[in-house]
Amino acid sequence: MKTEDLKNTQDYKYGFTTNIENIRAPKGLNEETIKFISNIKKEPEWMLDWRLKAFKRLQVLKEPNWQKPKYPNINYQDLYYYSAPKSTSEKPKSLEEIDPKILETYKKLGIPLVEQKRLNGIAVDAVFDSVSVATTFKDELTKQGIIFCSISEAIQKHPELVKKYLGSVIPLSDHYFATLNSAVFTDGSFVYIPPNTKCPMELSTYFRINASETGQFERTLIIADKGSYVSYLEGCTAPMRDENQLHAANVELIALDDAEIKYSTVQNWYPGDEKGVGGIYNFVTKRGACRGKNSKISWTQVETGSAITWKYPSCILQGDNSVGEFYSIAITNNFQKADTGTKMIHLGKNTKSKIISKGISAGNADNMYRGLVDIKNKAINSRNYTQCDSLLMGNKCGAHTIPYIKNNNSTSIIEHEATTTKINEEQLYYCNQRGLDQEEAVSLIVNGFCKEVLQQLPMEFAVEAQKLVAISLEGSVG
Amino acid sequence: MLNIKNLETIIDNKHILKGLNLNIKPGEVHAIMGPNGSGKSTLANVLSGKNGYITKGDIQFNGERLNDISTEERAQKGIFLAFQYPLEIPGVNTNIFLKTSLNAVRKAKGEKELDTLTFLKLIKEKASELGIDEKFLSRQFNVGFSGGEKKKNEILQMKLLEPTLSILDETDSGLDIDALKIVADGVNSYKNKDNAFLIITHYQRLLDYIKPDFIHVLSNGKIVKTGDANLGLQLEKTGYTSLS
Repeated sequence: MKTEDLKNTQDYKYGFTTNIENIRAPKGLNEETIKFISNIKKEPEWMLDWRLKAFKRLQVLKEPNWQKPKYPNINYQDLYYYSAPKSTSEKPKSLEEIDPKILETYKKLGIPLVEQKRLNGIAVDAVFDSVSVATTFKDELTKQGIIFCSISEAIQKHPELVKKYLGSVIPLSDHYFATLNSAVFTDGSFVYIPPNTKCPMELSTYFRINASETGQFERTLIIADKGSYVSYLEGCTAPMRDENQLHAANVELIALDDAEIKYSTVQNWYPGDEKGVGGIYNFVTKRGACRGKNSKISWTQVETGSAITWKYPSCILQGDNSVGEFYSIAITNNFQKADTGTKMIHLGKNTKSKIISKGISAGNADNMYRGLVDIKNKAINSRNYTQCDSLLMGNKCGAHTIPYIKNNNSTSIIEHEATTTKINEEQLYYCNQRGLDQEEAVSLIVNGFCKEVLQQLPMEFAVEAQKLVAISLEGSVG
Repeated sequence: MLNIKNLETIIDNKHILKGLNLNIKPGEVHAIMGPNGSGKSTLANVLSGKNGYITKGDIQFNGERLNDISTEERAQKGIFLAFQYPLEIPGVNTNIFLKTSLNAVRKAKGEKELDTLTFLKLIKEKASELGIDEKFLSRQFNVGFSGGEKKKNEILQMKLLEPTLSILDETDSGLDIDALKIVADGVNSYKNKDNAFLIITHYQRLLDYIKPDFIHVLSNGKIVKTGDANLGLQLEKTGYTSLS
């Protein structure tokens, strides 16, 4: 492939900005900003109190600094904490009322918001900067008692559920970024699946950062009541900017008895340019509680974007016989850094967890798997299986694996396997000899390497994710 | 079809090929024999365009100079190499690999890419011609295949991609007699007046099943003797030392 061609394909496809008028909170992190957010969202008193409590707590917390990727100090007073397209200040009641420019943006991103696209069978909630702009298929879901709406709407319409579960997995005082989120979160999705209901379609949220100098703090809460099932997918993109933008989301999942939640992420925030300028700081807290017996939570993530990715989607296996899974692909190219993995906390009896992590580093990137498997003394007969594979491309990148393993009883078994390989020149030559060019060959080999994780994704997204894997690594092999 | 003039090759400061000349016409089967280290596999790698070789001289393929063309373009133009040690591609289904490869070649030739259904029909046909079990196609590419299965997979790819020049690099090594026959049948059934074969081998054994039009003896980077099919039989008796 010629250099010019490479340049074009390497460009971040989602790097455009949309020019729309925004309503912003004044710059800076203070009580006024929090009140502004709460007020504009017409939140009840208890919600504002909760936020202020988090803000108070934040004053005594420090940003963690044990992670491998270091970043320059973030000036929290120099950020906007709320930015919303003006036209949605009154939330649109139907898709027709949404600013056509926003619809156009989502069309460019390939996100179907228009309900005619029924064939896709995916209900989408779209979050643009700080607000949710549209939720599709709402009526159909409502018939079955499923609640799928923005968290702002849930706070107003389903306060009993929000009060009961918000912060029950990630407490207010958890750690700096989680607490920051609790104070200033703007929007996100809320899902409630009633007992013995299998959600008939994939639920999906699409996050888009558009405005500059804006942090995105979304909050997602998913509750699967007894005997229910839901599969949820989130996708993320942002415009190309030479500043670093902060994204600090909190996601809480709760699975009650015999319930199952499958949560998939395709994260493709702007990664910065090839020199490492710009890009999103993706500092995210994701945690699921398998609260009921026989419950199951499965995290699947494909992390290809962001300048720094720092997240550990975790499972707290409280219910007896509950199951936690973590499937991850983390791809870092150029100067991207990822410090990601999972925590599996075994509390209940006969609990099982499985961790499959595939890290791929290219260019000057650094990729770290960090994970905790903690089997407590009452979690008898529990099992964990962990497999961490790293693939290196070129000789300037790094791959690291730090597993923390704790087993506090004698009836439980923990297995850990890890491999590190370099992409094989002979394999590339072989593929070339079969007519595949370098990019196609890398894509094929890497997709093969990631197969166990890719096959966990819902069908509709697996193809997209495969392409994304290939695009993220373009130009990484000489 | 293939005209090699005065080919010299250096890799890692070692002078391997030292002025090799070879002409192959459509419809011909050429065998290259020779002792270990004479440059046989180097010739296969240089023809297919493997990185790392410094070459002098001229390689013309169907009237076009090949020297500076990438490996994949050579493959797309109809050069196929059956590897001595075929590679494994973990996690990639054999069908997917074969389809990706075929469509890359078809696309380069300006032909329409095959959809999955058409491809599956075609590949099942080709596999059954070689007596290859269909189950084999849904396994990961070459992963856990026996030596014989890997070589059969090479021949399957040859028949699928329909190259004009097929280079077989010691495809017979490590094969039992049944697998050897399958490989030979595969070659014989594909052979026609428009394509050609370059068969690299140590032994006469394969040439009992695939009758070559010419046998060349490669020694110390040059072709030192060329003859017809009888030369192989003669070498079997006298060995290579009698020629040098």
